[in-house]
Amino acid sequence: MSNSPVTVEQHGPELLHHFVDAEQQRDAATLGMWLFLGTEIMFFGGMFCAYLIYRFWYYNEFAAGSRSLDIWLGTINTAVLICSSLTVALGVRAAQMGKRKLLVILLLLTIVFGLAFLGIKGVEWYQKFEEHHIPGPSFNVDDLVKAYPQIHIDPRHEQIYFSLYFAMTGLHALHMIIGVGLFVFLTYYAWKGRYTPKYYTPVEMGGLYWHFVDVVWIYLFPLLYLIDRKPLR
Amino acid sequence: MFNNLPLWPVRGSSGAGNVDALYIFLLALSAFMCLAIFTMILVFATKYRRRRGVEAEQIEGSTPLEITWSIIPLAIFMVIFAWGAVIYFQERTPPRGATEVYVVAKQWMWKLQHQEGQREINELHVPVGRDVKLIMTSQDVIHSFYVPAFRIKQDVLPGRYTTAWFRATKPGVYHLFCAQYCGTMHSGMIGQIVVMEPAQYEAWLSGGGTTGSLAASGESLFQQLGCPTCHRSDTQGRGPNLVGIFGKPVQLEDGRIVWADENYIRESILSPSAKIVSGFKPIMPVFQGLVGEEQLNALVAYVKSLSPPPAGAAGGPGIAPAGTRSQNPKE
Amino acid sequence: MSTVAITAEREHYLNKEYGIRSWLLTTDHKRIALLYLISITFFFFVGGFFALLIRLELLTPAGDLVQADTYNKLFTMHGQVMIFFFVIPAVPAVLGNFLVPLMIGAKDLAFPRINLLSWYLYVIAGIIYVHCILTGGVDTGWTFYTPFSTAFSNTKVIEAGVAVFIIGFSSILTGLNFVVTIHRMRAPGMTWSRLPLFIWAHYATSVIQLLGTPVLAVTLLLVVFERAFNLGIFDPNRGGDPLLFQHLFWFYSHPAVYIMILPSMGVVSELIACFTRKRIFGYNFVAMSSIAIAVFGFLVWAHHMFVAGISLYSALVFSILSYLVAVPSAIKVFNWTATMYKGSISFTTPMLYALGFIGLFTMGGLTGLFLACLGIDVHVHDTYFVIAHFHYIMVGGAVMGYLGGMHFWWPKISGRMYPEGWGRLAALLVFVGFNLTFFPQFILGYLGMPRRYWQYPPEFQVLNVLSTAGSTILAVGYVLPMVYFLWSMRYGKIAEDNPWGAAGLEWKTSSPPPTFNFDEAPVVTWEAYNYEEIPAPAEVPVEQ
Repeated sequence: MSNSPVTVEQHGPELLHHFVDAEQQRDAATLGMWLFLGTEIMFFGGMFCAYLIYRFWYYNEFAAGSRSLDIWLGTINTAVLICSSLTVALGVRAAQMGKRKLLVILLLLTIVFGLAFLGIKGVEWYQKFEEHHIPGPSFNVDDLVKAYPQIHIDPRHEQIYFSLYFAMTGLHALHMIIGVGLFVFLTYYAWKGRYTPKYYTPVEMGGLYWHFVDVVWIYLFPLLYLIDRKPLR
Repeated sequence: MFNNLPLWPVRGSSGAGNVDALYIFLLALSAFMCLAIFTMILVFATKYRRRRGVEAEQIEGSTPLEITWSIIPLAIFMVIFAWGAVIYFQERTPPRGATEVYVVAKQWMWKLQHQEGQREINELHVPVGRDVKLIMTSQDVIHSFYVPAFRIKQDVLPGRYTTAWFRATKPGVYHLFCAQYCGTMHSGMIGQIVVMEPAQYEAWLSGGGTTGSLAASGESLFQQLGCPTCHRSDTQGRGPNLVGIFGKPVQLEDGRIVWADENYIRESILSPSAKIVSGFKPIMPVFQGLVGEEQLNALVAYVKSLSPPPAGAAGGPGIAPAGTRSQNPKE
Repeated sequence: MSTVAITAEREHYLNKEYGIRSWLLTTDHKRIALLYLISITFFFFVGGFFALLIRLELLTPAGDLVQADTYNKLFTMHGQVMIFFFVIPAVPAVLGNFLVPLMIGAKDLAFPRINLLSWYLYVIAGIIYVHCILTGGVDTGWTFYTPFSTAFSNTKVIEAGVAVFIIGFSSILTGLNFVVTIHRMRAPGMTWSRLPLFIWAHYATSVIQLLGTPVLAVTLLLVVFERAFNLGIFDPNRGGDPLLFQHLFWFYSHPAVYIMILPSMGVVSELIACFTRKRIFGYNFVAMSSIAIAVFGFLVWAHHMFVAGISLYSALVFSILSYLVAVPSAIKVFNWTATMYKGSISFTTPMLYALGFIGLFTMGGLTGLFLACLGIDVHVHDTYFVIAHFHYIMVGGAVMGYLGGMHFWWPKISGRMYPEGWGRLAALLVFVGFNLTFFPQFILGYLGMPRRYWQYPPEFQVLNVLSTAGSTILAVGYVLPMVYFLWSMRYGKIAEDNPWGAAGLEWKTSSPPPTFNFDEAPVVTWEAYNYEEIPAPAEVPVEQ
């Protein structure tokens, strides 16, 4: 390839040939990932918008539905995700410092946390299934209607709450699964020694993505679980 | 045939002329702009076509020119906006005292109910010179009530009422189209507005077999469904007294104040828990699925009849804007 | 600058490697551009075929060519194919992909593999959509309005929704690539103010693609969920709101029309500059107007909903904002016209398309003023007036820009010249055919003919016949370039590096370019459109 007479500096195979230097490559990757996360914000944003409107209109049903979620599991999941973001951040630092073993451990831990989150989510969804709160033909909220006699619950509006609950947590879970998959790849390549203090961009980018998925959950949790947890009057 | 090619439909309503006036202004403006630009392009294309030895002159630009041709169009646009807004405001504000016609759209027909009780399918007879307000809802998907001769159009939605109004000024028969795609026979969901001289209209009214006025059939339905059990006309009922409430504000138990219009009455029947009147308990049964659209129209008409006329829209921008949840024009 | 003898086959991106694998696994932005060219041309003819059937049916007032359900599918799929599979990708994914790195002096886009992925997403979406067409089609109107699409239509709504969802991501990835490339990979000396206006236009387009498309994606996802799992988010019978769908849908779909027009506006800037041999008048204003259109374009969506049941006050706000977004477009037209003043103008095929664009876009844009006007919109909304308006912009505007660009850069892409005489004939046919097809529709609309009508009252027939006649001429105009472009790849005159004597880095490399674009990495020391320094070429006909 007799193209650019630009002097080829010492670089590993990770410098892609259309970039002038490693710095440009890293800058491009970083900008690209932030822009992608911007699109994800718009993506979730559409659903948040629907949520906000319906919550404003059907506050009572949303509050009742929120109370029917398991706040302990939700809190544990929140803690799990926050811990996973910690391991990710520490992992990026480990890569920066060239500590391969530590990096691999932290990445693996992150995956474990991610899987734990998904597992707990699965348990919660199963609970909803047993309670007949999954929208569809077997949807039934008589239990909620009975539990809250002081407010009048319209089952149709309750179904909207749960539709949004499943759509939002489902989409979030999908992003978690993708994240876990990404991190499996990252762990493999980290173990193979591909990431060095000079080149750890994929770890950083993976980290950004993971933090984003975490932040989405930080919004989802209060919006879905904590609508009205005051003691009932 | 080409000689008589019209550019606009016949003007059949009081508002049509206003709309056409603005249209003609816009046509003239557009024609002028096109002429100006096309002429300039042609002139430049001819005068500055490529010739040997003649170079192009590099001109960077001209900020004053840019500002001028930004500000002037903007000013013209604001004029167009304001003019159009005034017309729109008139279009969306039915006059007080307008005769009401209830419209139910369904795939693929229009069902209309006069207050006096006449029912029509795909046809609407009205007298010349009378304000007519259409209170419309759909049984299934979104439709749109469009009368080109009147220059009116309004989407008709399932789950709520929307309104439109007109005053026919010329006897004749005018197209009624559905203007929101609604399925297989969308293009077949057409009909006519029959505008008659007042005398002929009275004749037509008394000619058809009626089943009593809309409000009267609403009253009998009201009895049948057991509503008076709670909605007594004194203060002893378990439900609010409905006499005199229409067209007035209502205080709800959560502190909100809403306007008692058609959408409110309709919602209270179909989904009573959405708005509980202050001082009452949420015990009204849900009638969703138990009453059809035309029955709802009759009940609404009955409740309206319990309040002093004009039982039309509140003086504001009309019933249409809000969702079923609150009357405050929002969103 | 390599002007290699024709006898020796110089290595360039087309002949560097042969074989299907080298194409399907390429990461070369130029090859990916050609892959896109093949795909979008295919869908253009699919969508065009549907259009011809529509126009044939509308020759007579009665519904006598196809059944009502079939007709409803035809206009739905014509719209979806043309919008999502043709106009939105056309200029960015073909011309943009090919030219953005060349114009800024880079070797490729920032993310070549993501570029290839975006094409594969397009293809997957295309396969799903073709399957949808072949197994019954979809009849919701391209706009998927609820509750018809979620609870009443008996057609393949889910499949169509999934296909559009996937192609949305193709669009997002293209936009992402462009933004990062333009920010980070400009050659030394290529400052923002030296960028060709084509780049500014694609930058603005990409921002819209990034911010708007995800909202459509999630909205369609909710529609698919509602249909598949019986949710009630947009169904009034279950407490949902059909207007919520419309707001979410138009929040993307209005900016989408700017995705469709901005790239072609970028093309037109390049063509006008080259064929007047002048810097575009008011470069800064034209560049900034692209950004302004992108920004304001996000603020006007509910002007599609003036009679949908929104409040009067909402309507006022959106109407006034819609007038604001018209100003930057007007600025462009004035600047292009002013560029012609004291230019040295030649009337090549690309220039004919550019001039046609200005004329037709002006007409389409002016009719937008009618639609933004509340009082008028009530009458013409959902009529043929709207159809005429958007076809003037999208076909008279965007497609003409695309064709002009294809002719202009064809020598660069293929190394061959197309036959100029045929090119001009095709341009003329397109212009005449287009006007005959769509001008009568303005009149039809104001007379009251609603859109999406399989059958219509007889008084509308004359104008419909005129429109159909025009469409046959338009069709010929579109088929011709297909034929002669293909012909030229084998028999066309071999092109020099810079047959038009145009400014721009892409013309400083060979036609076709080498795989890595430039033999030597360029360093830019001149302003954009430095036509005073570039000699006019022999190729362009010269008057005596």
